[in-house]
Amino acid sequence: MLDRRTFLLQGAAAAALLLLMGAGSEAKAEAAAPESAEFKAAFDAVLRGVTPLEQGLILDLPESVENGDYVPVALAVDSPMTAEDHVSALHILSTANPRASVATFRLSLLSGKARVTSRMRLAKTQEVVAVAELSGGRVLVARRKVDVKVGGCGI
Amino acid sequence: MSMKKPPRIKIPASVNTGEIIEVKTLATHIMETGNRKDASGHVIPRNIIHTFRATFEGQEVFSATLGSGIAANPYIAFFMRVPGPGTLTLTWLDDEGTTTVEKVPLQVA
Repeated sequence: MLDRRTFLLQGAAAAALLLLMGAGSEAKAEAAAPESAEFKAAFDAVLRGVTPLEQGLILDLPESVENGDYVPVALAVDSPMTAEDHVSALHILSTANPRASVATFRLSLLSGKARVTSRMRLAKTQEVVAVAELSGGRVLVARRKVDVKVGGCGI
Repeated sequence: MSMKKPPRIKIPASVNTGEIIEVKTLATHIMETGNRKDASGHVIPRNIIHTFRATFEGQEVFSATLGSGIAANPYIAFFMRVPGPGTLTLTWLDDEGTTTVEKVPLQVA
């Protein structure tokens, strides 16, 4: 059984380790991997020739992860979700995974709120790109770099 | 491969008509990418949940097309505006042709 003293000591050790790892990760932040040809093709296919606006789309991702197998990701647009003004689709694209298209989410007028949360895989340090398709043909884009210590296994 | 365990679905216990609620779903699935090899060097075929759909009384609420970049045991959370009492139907489809359907009656206050 774990007594109080052992528990406290282990806690302190874990906290110190976390601090060390935090300091280390800042010191050697890796450069993002280059964009794959598949990403460029998938990005063009999603944009369909529209010039995207780099605003209004929130892409929530951790700055760095230990393990690329489970990376929490959220996409959100502040939209009234009415017939006149709504988000119809949200896309997640990876710039350096073996497959560029991670997910496409289709919303409806019953969505109420343009926000989706999931968990993704990242093979290596890279940029993740999110695209929102809005009513009236507007397209929003957001990019976030994620530092990956251990890549998602086998992706 | 079918799901070893039924999906987990979380919605508020009681909802009001017109309320916007979050629907949280977690399926149990390996999400085999198709890029891995087994011990003898053969590619393990892709088996992922490629489609997820949510409908309310036959009306489409939300759908997702997933790739191998979605993590194992896919977690998807989305929002819906409750139009009134009724049943939310959630469907997961995988590469092996397995269809998993869950029906969630909404307790409208």
